[in-house]
Amino acid sequence: MTETEKKKKTERTPMPEQAPEVRRRNFLEVPTGYTEEMAVSEAQRCLQCKNPGCVKGCPVNVDIPGFIKLIVERKFTESIRHIWATNSLPAVCGRVCPQENQCEGQCILGKKGLPVAIGNLERFVADYEREHGTGALPPKQPPTGKRVAVVGSGPSGLTVAGDLIVKGHDVTVFEAFHKAGGVLVYGIPEFRLPKAIVAQEINFIERLGVKVECNAVAGRTVTLDELFEQGYDAIYVGVGAGLPSFMNIPGENLIGILSANEYLTRANLMKAYKFPEVDTPIPHGKNVVVLGAGNVAMDSARTAMRLGAESVRIVYRRSRAEMPARGAEIHHADEEGIEFMLLTNPVKYLGNEKGRLVGMQCLKMELGEPDASGRRKPIPIAGSEFELACDLCIVAVGAGANPLLTSSTPGLKLNKRGYIIADEETGKTTMKGVWAGGDIVTGAATVILAMGAGRKAADSIHKYLTFGW
Amino acid sequence: MFKIVRREEMSQGNVVLNEIEAPKIAVKAKPGQFVILKANEEGERIPLTMADTDPAKGTITIIYMVVGKSTALFKSLKVGEGFQDVIGPLGKPTHVEKVGTVVCVGGGTGVAVLYPITRAMKQAGNRVVAIIGARNKDLLIMEDLMRAASDELIVCTDDGSYGHHGFVTDKLREVMEREQVNQAVCIGPVPMMKFCSKLTKEYNVPTMVSLNPIMVDGTGMCGGCRVTVGGKTKFGCVDGPEFDGHQVDYDELMMRLQAYCEDEKRCYEHYCTLHDAK
Repeated sequence: MTETEKKKKTERTPMPEQAPEVRRRNFLEVPTGYTEEMAVSEAQRCLQCKNPGCVKGCPVNVDIPGFIKLIVERKFTESIRHIWATNSLPAVCGRVCPQENQCEGQCILGKKGLPVAIGNLERFVADYEREHGTGALPPKQPPTGKRVAVVGSGPSGLTVAGDLIVKGHDVTVFEAFHKAGGVLVYGIPEFRLPKAIVAQEINFIERLGVKVECNAVAGRTVTLDELFEQGYDAIYVGVGAGLPSFMNIPGENLIGILSANEYLTRANLMKAYKFPEVDTPIPHGKNVVVLGAGNVAMDSARTAMRLGAESVRIVYRRSRAEMPARGAEIHHADEEGIEFMLLTNPVKYLGNEKGRLVGMQCLKMELGEPDASGRRKPIPIAGSEFELACDLCIVAVGAGANPLLTSSTPGLKLNKRGYIIADEETGKTTMKGVWAGGDIVTGAATVILAMGAGRKAADSIHKYLTFGW
Repeated sequence: MFKIVRREEMSQGNVVLNEIEAPKIAVKAKPGQFVILKANEEGERIPLTMADTDPAKGTITIIYMVVGKSTALFKSLKVGEGFQDVIGPLGKPTHVEKVGTVVCVGGGTGVAVLYPITRAMKQAGNRVVAIIGARNKDLLIMEDLMRAASDELIVCTDDGSYGHHGFVTDKLREVMEREQVNQAVCIGPVPMMKFCSKLTKEYNVPTMVSLNPIMVDGTGMCGGCRVTVGGKTKFGCVDGPEFDGHQVDYDELMMRLQAYCEDEKRCYEHYCTLHDAK
């Protein structure tokens, strides 16, 4: 083997993707996926550690060396089946997990070079199964006669449903929107997670026997007590955070200021980027400002760019090092021409006589001592006010706990911030027969953490249905 | 699908009534609550406050004016056809209690929303004076139902083609002058609610209005329906749709309702062109 060949073999296989100047104006998926050859070559980089760090880094403990070994052997169908044993949404996780902080962050190859592209490989086998698979379902236990209601069809709810249906329980998922998938459908954009893939994942659990009831707003259409009256033996609450945070500064109700929830729901769930072929409109900003620097902020900024904006700026009060978004998302946004105005904080929105946004007044910030979050606290610089012209502002500064369900369920104990109190290991709440997990317990987090909570709760629910509370 | 079992046209086809099969909503809905309807896959989610419910039959009734693409699409649905999605009941129900004399004021299709509230107020033992208005006689709706639901009904038209020639506020003032009014409920176009509230404030009559801001999910998730009430931002969908009429910032609400007016015009024209081509 020559030196170049050796080097090639040890280098991480890059993910092919649409060129930034092309993709910034379309809604097609950015990474186009590995070919078989790329996948096998990348899989060969895995050292098959005896004591693999990657598995410990995964919130649902996927047997990563195991599925990678099967890729090396070109047993792609076996590989996806191996993942399914612990993760029912691999096509989603391969795309949206923050692998750099989880599996890939623990990979031994990462100590000297780049870690194995575990996410890309997971995505590859999931996509391979979707395109070439037989559609065969995993085995199911005989019916137990127990009924489980899952409230919310996001990542944690789908995990619970998928886990419990194969254990023989009768599972119904209740979704408030007209389409199932939760944040996977309304929140994460098409260019990062194609909706056809989410639909396929939901179709998969439906084929396993899970019933999905849309347009069912828990707390309004149906309450938890009524679900018990209807004969459900256990309930899992995974309704998400679902309450947008605003800046609470003057002028916030001007036209042209939207929560990221609203902006992304219009774009993703309602497909408003196709307006007027679909009926839901979405504001098209020329000069767009996105407040916040998490994944939702990146999604909003990149959506605005795709809707034809001349400029899109992320305005964030801390520095680049504190930005909570995944590295890959920041990188993609940067490549697509999103500008980063860091250490900047808006203090006031400016409007015209028609009540439309025309700009905002901002302050420059500097970093002081670490605050409660452990990050250096941004402090305003006196006299640094300046005006920033913009006609659309997306507020992506986090979410709170939506009280719609919890306020109609007095038996559920909440913490000070309105999130449901649930046991960390089992997901058990203070109400008998009710479990909770995902963002309504932890506050806004990631898809995979919600799935991890779902997995633990599903185990606990199964134990309860078999042995009692 | 949520099937339409009864369909009526009023106001020369400008206003349409749909009675829809939605048993789960029908058994839970209370006066003042709304539903979100979506006609088909590409459709928009449209919030409408229910005009009636029939828990025994499992139906809900909505009444809407055709103002754009989505309502035109709703109007095109025949009996036996239906809505792909109906979500509800949403929002807080009207607070109904016996307070004495209640004046219920309705304008345009607001009368449809007002009707179940009027009925509930009377059932709670109140003396109910209802005042309904429209631009002209043809646009007036639900006169007979409102007469039956109240102790006294006063009808107004802007052009004088029927009943009192003038605005509902004229008659509202008259009623408050002649007798002690304990509560007012005003539902209709935003300017009407604004001026009714201004008037009832002069007479210190507690006033409830029902707002219909632009919204997407109707569950408090998007915040598109922000309204300023008493200087604080509220969400129309979960904190409302009813608010203290004396506290609402109507001017802001009117502006926010214009957010998509250009888009809506474009979408409606697009639909009409396609429709005419057919």
